[in-house]
Amino acid sequence: MKNNISHIIRGMVLALAVSTAMLVADEIPVAVAANFKAPAEIIAAEFEKSTGHRVLLSPGATGALATQVKHGAPFQVFLSADSSTPTKLVSESLAVEGSQFTYATGKLVLWSAQEGVVDGKGAVLAKESIQHLAVANPKTAPYGAAAIEALTKLNLLVKLQPKLVQGESIAQTHQFVSSGNAELGFVALSQVFKDGKMTSGSGWVVPQELYAPIRQDAVLLAAGKESAAARAWLDFLKGDVAGKIIVSYGYVK
Amino acid sequence: MPEESLVSLALTFRLAAVTTFVLLLAGVPLAWWLSQTRSRWRGVAGALVTLPVVLPPTVLGFYLLLLMGPHGPVGQFTRWMGLGLLPFTFAGLVVASVIQKLPFVVQPIQNAFEAMGRRPLEVAASLRASPLDAFFTVALPLARPGILTGAVLGFAHTVGEFGVVLMIGGNIPGVTRVAAVQIYNHVEAMEYAQAHLLAAVLLLLSFIAMQAVYFLNRNKVVVA
Repeated sequence: MKNNISHIIRGMVLALAVSTAMLVADEIPVAVAANFKAPAEIIAAEFEKSTGHRVLLSPGATGALATQVKHGAPFQVFLSADSSTPTKLVSESLAVEGSQFTYATGKLVLWSAQEGVVDGKGAVLAKESIQHLAVANPKTAPYGAAAIEALTKLNLLVKLQPKLVQGESIAQTHQFVSSGNAELGFVALSQVFKDGKMTSGSGWVVPQELYAPIRQDAVLLAAGKESAAARAWLDFLKGDVAGKIIVSYGYVK
Repeated sequence: MPEESLVSLALTFRLAAVTTFVLLLAGVPLAWWLSQTRSRWRGVAGALVTLPVVLPPTVLGFYLLLLMGPHGPVGQFTRWMGLGLLPFTFAGLVVASVIQKLPFVVQPIQNAFEAMGRRPLEVAASLRASPLDAFFTVALPLARPGILTGAVLGFAHTVGEFGVVLMIGGNIPGVTRVAAVQIYNHVEAMEYAQAHLLAAVLLLLSFIAMQAVYFLNRNKVVVA
């Protein structure tokens, strides 16, 4: 009997401890552009280690995520793949003014899952033998818009238009190429780059003069205005730990 | 209505028509076999046919992308046949839609065949009709409401096709950008007016299709 009571007391102490810990450790729902999913996961793990707060990442196409925010999605932070969407959200009072900053600048890469397909100058684009060139939907995904811009500057858009296949987000575009269904495609360097080199296949990092810099901005959303944890997450994103991870994925900080 | 919406609607109906045609060609014999057989494979076959009802379209789309891709067995076969690869093509969408809509066509037809029982065929046989003759002159006419219901359901479901097409289509205007995907694109780009227009058309068509199903089955409990 005595034993039982001590069990109950121990159980109550444990429950109390857990619930107190939960009060301190918040959950932060974060909408993240598909191209930044992999580094965001690593950064979130580091953040959790040092603060105890949990980051819940929802990856998607920037346009799709913005639409969800407009219709009441409970995200507290938005890591966009561009700078115009966060600006727009601020102007519509859906995001907190003054909280917007560039957390990474993305790079576009022409990539194939096979070795030796893409040369160092992108000359493969002129080849007749290409059947499918994958790009992300330029209307909703900034990397898609950058790809179209680069093709336009290379005077190849008209010629390649019939060969274009569109992924709904940059993640799906990557899937079309990595499964081999499209021989090559424009993806985010972060998807195929790790620790200073291409992880597989062959690629051509598109020169910056061919497209406007893909400034990826973060912003605190209205739902996170009162959350200290959400602000801490944004500060962490600006810090050195996050910066190193971001650069290791092929972004410019 | 903007031209790209009209193009997507025309494509959607072409896909639904071709898919329904193939589904009837394959579905009627399959439903007949399932209704008549005493094979021990009947349960497995029935489960396989019904599987797409519960399978998320993304699962089907993902596996089709891998199977029909250059490293998949189907992809290697179609290449060997000189047909190229199926993802990002209209033919690929037809294949995917047929697989996914099979249960919606087979089940009503199978139910119709089973509901008529053995008696009509026994009578036909006693009147010296060959089994094939009996199938075409007795079984098929008796199962007509079931076949029409299957056709309408298959057509309507294909008109609303979204998930699988998104996974294997590649969003190509006039080739794989069907109406449901077009609506999704409009919503993502925040072009709500265009989205509304197309969505309303699909809503109306779906309602008409369901009315047709109820009309066809007005004398019995609908099992669909």
